[in-house]
Amino acid sequence: MGHILQQFSQQAVNGLSLGSIYALIALGYTMVYGIVKLINFAHGDVMMVGAYLGWIATTQLHWSFLPALFFAMVVSAILGMLIERIAYKPLRNASRIAALITAIGVSLFLEYGGMLLVTAQVQTYPPVFPETVYNVAGIMFKYGDVVMLVTSVVLMFLLHFTVQYTKVGKSMRAVSFDKDAALLMGVNVNNTISATFAIGSALAGAAGVLMGVYFNTIDPLMGIIPGLKAFVAAVLGGIGIIPGAMVGGLVLGLTEAFVSGLGASTWRDAVAFLILILVLIIKPTGLFGKNVREKV
Amino acid sequence: MKKILSLALVGILGVTLVSGCGTTGGASTSSGGSGGTIKIGANLELTGGTAMFGQEAKNGISLAFEQQNAKGGVLGKKLELVAADNKSDAGESTAAVTKLVTQDKVVAVIGSMTSSVTLAAVPVVTDNKIPMVSPSGTNAKVTVDNGQLRPWIFRACFIDPFQGKVGAKFALNTLKAKTAAIIIDQKSDYSKGLADAFVTNFKQGGGQITGTEQYVAGSDKDFRPILTRIKSQNPDLIWVPGYYQEVGMIVKQARELGMNQPFAGGDGWDDAKLFEIGTPAALNNTYYVDHVATAAPDMVQFVKDYQAKFGHEPNAMSALAYDAANMIVKAIETAGSVDSSKIRDALEKLKDFKGVTGGITIDPATHNPTKSAVIKQNKDGKTVYLTTVTP
Repeated sequence: MGHILQQFSQQAVNGLSLGSIYALIALGYTMVYGIVKLINFAHGDVMMVGAYLGWIATTQLHWSFLPALFFAMVVSAILGMLIERIAYKPLRNASRIAALITAIGVSLFLEYGGMLLVTAQVQTYPPVFPETVYNVAGIMFKYGDVVMLVTSVVLMFLLHFTVQYTKVGKSMRAVSFDKDAALLMGVNVNNTISATFAIGSALAGAAGVLMGVYFNTIDPLMGIIPGLKAFVAAVLGGIGIIPGAMVGGLVLGLTEAFVSGLGASTWRDAVAFLILILVLIIKPTGLFGKNVREKV
Repeated sequence: MKKILSLALVGILGVTLVSGCGTTGGASTSSGGSGGTIKIGANLELTGGTAMFGQEAKNGISLAFEQQNAKGGVLGKKLELVAADNKSDAGESTAAVTKLVTQDKVVAVIGSMTSSVTLAAVPVVTDNKIPMVSPSGTNAKVTVDNGQLRPWIFRACFIDPFQGKVGAKFALNTLKAKTAAIIIDQKSDYSKGLADAFVTNFKQGGGQITGTEQYVAGSDKDFRPILTRIKSQNPDLIWVPGYYQEVGMIVKQARELGMNQPFAGGDGWDDAKLFEIGTPAALNNTYYVDHVATAAPDMVQFVKDYQAKFGHEPNAMSALAYDAANMIVKAIETAGSVDSSKIRDALEKLKDFKGVTGGITIDPATHNPTKSAVIKQNKDGKTVYLTTVTP
């Protein structure tokens, strides 16, 4: 019995650390959607760019972890703003589907442009974190797990605070509620949307560096699968809702760990998506979503 | 302003298109040996998950051709290598080999290094009647499918049923393992074939399989859930027939979970990147079956030449590619022609060919050579040769 309990706890720890990675990526995803109502499929690829920036900073420029993280966040933020200005802004009043297809285009551009620049060769991150392994009653976790979980929780609170209590956040919510009315009230819509993309992309850049350090391998296509999983996590928690992304990510990570733990590792993704489908059938707005009735 | 911007964008697109296509296939227009050169294609994993195999192989092949050209080439013509990148992907492999055969008009193809990628190229070369030699595609299906010989495909290496048997015997007799768990890459023919061979022989020798777990190479990076499951079964050994990138991550994460068992696998482990990804400390107490030891007597001259040209030590992959290239050279010499079907016939009759990885005699019934295997141990960031096993 103790044996099973120990295995269960270990899988819970595995799931939490995997889930916090998903949550970290999902935060940026969900924020951009919440304000601009655009599913930014390029988010996972901005994360990839962030991972490479961090890699360049640590291996080529020999910076330590924090400056490298900061560098990756700043450059990712600029990249995010550029993407918005060049690719999304001209389509702001176009149909939703046109913007979505453009987002997929940007995503492919980053993936294969990256392949052209840095080749599809896998690169390895230097060991930035200490390789300490903790053993609590037979349950093992490492330093990196703690960093991941703490970072995603801290960033979630920061983001929530920014959106709810700062001036930028207030204008973000105003733009999200009614773009034209916000414009009439003197909110600078362009700057607000730029700020949204900057913050979202900075988060993606940070997630990229952390992921690179955690798994110590990076490649130009590394953003696809985590990006997809983060999207699922965001929808699961209720897209556009910041705490929802956190919970969605953790639920997804835990599900994957427990399904694998039960010996059905090949069914892992199938079960994760099945849960998504069930949630969407029972509660279409996601776990944290509010039921907003559309006026007819 | 808008016009200028869109013009600029079109320009950028044009440039990326041109540079995307124009990386390979030089300016030479001579086709299939009608001019002063003989074109031989190489369909290799130059980028992607097993990029190191392709890079090492490309070096090996160009070294072989350079040495042959210095001796005056073959049939009075110079050899020209046309390399195509398959990005370690089966779908891209079909495209790459089609380009080699239809556009570059090569007379023979070398490749690929991994089994699934090689298998994807088989229909193309068979339809176009071009012989193909895989340096290290070890899956049994590469040359023989359901008892049916694939007439245009050859290889320079041993096959997985033998490799799995060597691995199982080593686990039972040397590591004294009585129980083993298996971790399979579910999309790789190589991984599945090598796992089957190990399981069959391990069970025959009285061993027990405690569990089998699966992953998908390229998309899975977190292996702790399956490793936690294996940990609770507490096997004596974990058999991981995969490629170095995933193997490195699996072993590292297992050690972090406090699993101290020996890990073992096949020739897919053979690259220095394994230590970069898996870290030297975690890789202690791991073993793998491989094609050749770099210290073997036949290898000495090759290692020296390779090191002089490329500045680092070759691995088994570069040596096998070097042999595959020389097998084709030898076949063209024997055939006395650059006609693809005559090269094929000569390859089928290849006998007592002296390669750096050992003697190669092609069995006409299977197109496989009979070769011995070596077992290597990873120790403090270095690969140490343990023993040689003859079939």
